[in-house]
Amino acid sequence: MATTSPRTGPLTHLAYTLLLVSHNTAAFLLTPLVLASSLLTLIWIGLPFTILTATTLRTIANAQRTTLTHLNPHQPVPATYRPMPPTGVHARVRVILTDPATWRDILWLASAPLLTLLALLSYTLYAHALYQTLYALILWRHTPGLYGFITPHTPTEALLALIPAALTLLLAHFLHPLTTSAHHKLARIILAPSEKARLTARVAHLATSRADTIDTQAAEIRRIERDLHDGAQARLVALGMNLAMAEQIVDTNPHNAKHMLAEARETTRRALTELRDLVRGIHPPVLVERGLDGAVHALALTHHLPITVTTNLNGRPADPVESAAYFAIAELLTNTAKHAHATHAWVHINHGRQRLVTTITDNGQGGAKPTPESGLTGIARRLDSFDGTMNITSPHGGPTIVTLEIPCALSSPKTLPSSATA
Amino acid sequence: MRVVIAEDLALLRDGLIRLLEAHTFTVVAAVDNGPDLHTALIDHKPDVAVVDVRLPPTFTDEGLQAAIGARTQIPGLPILVLSQHVEQLYARELLSDDAGGVGYLLKDRVFDINQFIEAIRRVAAGGTAMDPAVISQLLARQDQSGPLAQLTPREREVLAEMAEGRSNSAIAGRLYITEKAISKHINNIFTKLDLPPSSDDSRRVLAVLAYLNGQ
Repeated sequence: MATTSPRTGPLTHLAYTLLLVSHNTAAFLLTPLVLASSLLTLIWIGLPFTILTATTLRTIANAQRTTLTHLNPHQPVPATYRPMPPTGVHARVRVILTDPATWRDILWLASAPLLTLLALLSYTLYAHALYQTLYALILWRHTPGLYGFITPHTPTEALLALIPAALTLLLAHFLHPLTTSAHHKLARIILAPSEKARLTARVAHLATSRADTIDTQAAEIRRIERDLHDGAQARLVALGMNLAMAEQIVDTNPHNAKHMLAEARETTRRALTELRDLVRGIHPPVLVERGLDGAVHALALTHHLPITVTTNLNGRPADPVESAAYFAIAELLTNTAKHAHATHAWVHINHGRQRLVTTITDNGQGGAKPTPESGLTGIARRLDSFDGTMNITSPHGGPTIVTLEIPCALSSPKTLPSSATA
Repeated sequence: MRVVIAEDLALLRDGLIRLLEAHTFTVVAAVDNGPDLHTALIDHKPDVAVVDVRLPPTFTDEGLQAAIGARTQIPGLPILVLSQHVEQLYARELLSDDAGGVGYLLKDRVFDINQFIEAIRRVAAGGTAMDPAVISQLLARQDQSGPLAQLTPREREVLAEMAEGRSNSAIAGRLYITEKAISKHINNIFTKLDLPPSSDDSRRVLAVLAYLNGQ
């Protein structure tokens, strides 16, 4: 059976079926609204109705998609609606009407009676078998006859009704897996996006995230170039000049020459400090040396807030993922120190189900929001190029919990030859 | 004084050898990778080792690991770790065995040759040499509240100098005050921070570092 459900147990199954049926019923009740909006769309007044109806229908359809995904996590049913423009009634209606997903939703709505029938058929039969059994045992005393031809007068005769009961039960038992499977399959076929729609959505997402990545990297390279140009490079030029002058006067004025050499030394030290800061911003050395685990511990040690770090990693993620996660954590902790008025923060790093999952929690005042200008949006965008996600829970009054998830595999931990010989 | 040097860049390694030999050190081994360093430390048992954190073959923290590993076999083996960057995490690990005889400095500190040589000798004698960057980070972190806030600016200066590992006379020389004044300041610091007084210089420094590290 294709839709082997990992959620076993007849009661759980019944609950899920009822949930699915309730979605179907709710969708079906929208039929008049759908008809009305489509008629009213002919005149201008129907346009806002269309948006309202489509949004409601999408909410219900998404609820069913989520339930179907729950029933079989191996075959998720994602929603792939085209992104809706934020404003403009006409623009939004155009997107709704040209989106194939809308028409799939309407098809789903129209097949609601069929889906409900498939869902409930076996349960109806089970119920009927139960009724027949009860009839054979008790109800025959109160009800004159079953189907007209069984009209028992004695308990023994009444027991004859157990034969149709057994037949019905058998039928229900035989039909149950078939109808359930058919029900789930049909709902999936209608609601799941076509492969083309899925790929189109994926390509659109990749194009956006790639453009973002390129922009971010270009900006980063410009920053590094400027820092080197105005910093270390300039200092090395000054250093060369100092040394050249010291060389010229070393015989005639050794005192001044000595002074210049000391200056040259100081210039070198400054250049090194600048390079060190620059390197830290590009790729912190401790990340190379100790991986994410050590680098986040090191970060916590130099932070102004007390930070508790717990990690559970059996290896190292790929370098780019490590670096992205590190900088995201560092930026989030800086945000916490700046805005949250927190007295403690917690970082937990874990890896499971092929995802690196990091939670950053603080006991501050909450209310963190990713606005377009805020750093939070920047973090989300950078994670996006790894198909990573950021989730923020930050009610007013706190606490703030940020969850970062990046799909990745872990490499086996490096064994240091020095520790091997020790 | 017998020294082992571990530095993978030939330019810097030769520079260090030249520098140390000019100051009456005998370089018994100069290695360029972690496993060799470990062997050299165990075989030569030098009076002091000068070790770069990052070494081949993994180019991670080989040098630091080899140093810490050797110190578990030869407790208190004096080691001065050099690096392009300082991390509290590494300072903490070096200090964690509480045996003294450790140093952790930025490579830039080599520029000030006299101080660098003094730091090596201090480490060799079982003292400590912590980079000012490590100490200032530690002080900044504990700054907002707590006993550290009760120190006078002068006491903070003395505390920072002491935490770097300097003796009373060295601090007196650097701050242009008498040794007697320094001991007075140090007594005040120990009272304010509620640390047990100690006449042993290096024990005292370790106590201060442990305090700053929040251990």
